Amino acid sequence: MPEMAGLDEGTPLFVQVADMLAGQIADGGLAEGERVPSTNELAAFYRINPATAAKGINVLADDGLLEKRRGIGMFVAAGARARLLARRRAEFTQRYVKPLLTEAARLGIGTDDLTALIKEAGSEREGASL
Amino acid sequence: MTPAISVAGLTRRYRDHTALDDVSFTIPGKTITGLLGRNGAGKTTLLRILAGQEFPSSGSARILGAPPAENEDVLRRMVFVREDQSYPDIRVGQALRAASWFYPNWDAALASSLLDDFGVRADKAVKKLSRGQRSALGITIGLAARADVTLFDEPYAGLDAVARQIFYDRLLADFAEFPRTVLLSTHLIDEAAALFEGVIVIDRGRIVLDAAADVLRGVATRVSGPSLAVDALAEGRPVWEQRRLGSQASVVIVGPLSQHDREQARSSGLDLTPLSLQQIVVQAATGVLAPALEAEAETGFETGFERTSA
Repeated sequence: MPEMAGLDEGTPLFVQVADMLAGQIADGGLAEGERVPSTNELAAFYRINPATAAKGINVLADDGLLEKRRGIGMFVAAGARARLLARRRAEFTQRYVKPLLTEAARLGIGTDDLTALIKEAGSEREGASL
Repeated sequence: MTPAISVAGLTRRYRDHTALDDVSFTIPGKTITGLLGRNGAGKTTLLRILAGQEFPSSGSARILGAPPAENEDVLRRMVFVREDQSYPDIRVGQALRAASWFYPNWDAALASSLLDDFGVRADKAVKKLSRGQRSALGITIGLAARADVTLFDEPYAGLDAVARQIFYDRLLADFAEFPRTVLLSTHLIDEAAALFEGVIVIDRGRIVLDAAADVLRGVATRVSGPSLAVDALAEGRPVWEQRRLGSQASVVIVGPLSQHDREQARSSGLDLTPLSLQQIVVQAATGVLAPALEAEAETGFETGFERTSA
């Protein structure tokens, strides 16, 4: 699927649309109270079927992250960002820490070495952002 | 609600072979469906029967609730764009004008902006057009007709990738504004995959797959890595394409993987690559997907695209 803005194979497209909107809400790219792109805007941007885009929006609406304002469109619900961030923190260990430990074990990097590596990378990052 | 297209027990026999063999399906209104299959699978015969240009040997086809053949009401609400459509000896503008008289929802502004996008001049003689330009004219008529039922049969012979992308983008944009039933046959599956809400795959005249496009994503996954870990994950599941190289193995697992499966795969160093729609369609003819799709249906996977299957 060339030319398709950032979508991959495998995951249902509507799930990917929902994930991307949720990501934008979590990053603050879509502020609470802001209008979410319409189904047709999403369909044109991602080059997908409008029904697929609508299903993605509905996933978030059913979750209470978006709210419908009759005749105007979908808006980011109050408290949506905080809820998404809390969920992401809960998933952090599972999604990032465990795979990191797995790969480290495969390479023979012990937990102490790994901690040192993280600290080193962390201070480089802080140094760079100063 | 009456489906936009419904086909029951459709069979078309020629002297020495059967082009369509007991084909049944329905397509709900206002959806874009991909009609996929190899050359010679029966796609064109099916579309010609739907367009009322050919008669079945047995079975029935209904468009908007009525048989299409010699049915003026239905034919005006339907447009059929064929591969390598031929035209009489006229200019492009005249071809569009003729179409505008026939199709009640014709949008002349859309037609001329499509011609612009494709770089086809209205004053050019149709027989002087290149093959790609002739395809562009067919696509222009197919979209500007804004017919309730729009049939495209491999409409882009000679069109390059850029022009095909114009077609997909304009189809989506106009469909979003004026939803209608679109059935598009294509062998360029992966580049058109995201257009489809439903997918029908035909092989040697029979329907081998009729499903929501979303369900097909993730229905099969290539798993590769250490043989022991691959075998552990594949245990008890339908698989195909097993390959081994030394201590490494690669296999395609049919059926969705749970979150737990994925985590286990990652922690044992396996790579997971979902199969593309194109790869899935190739396998559909073997029947190996059927159990996985039934499992999806049983778990009540929300598709929003319910069909009665053949």
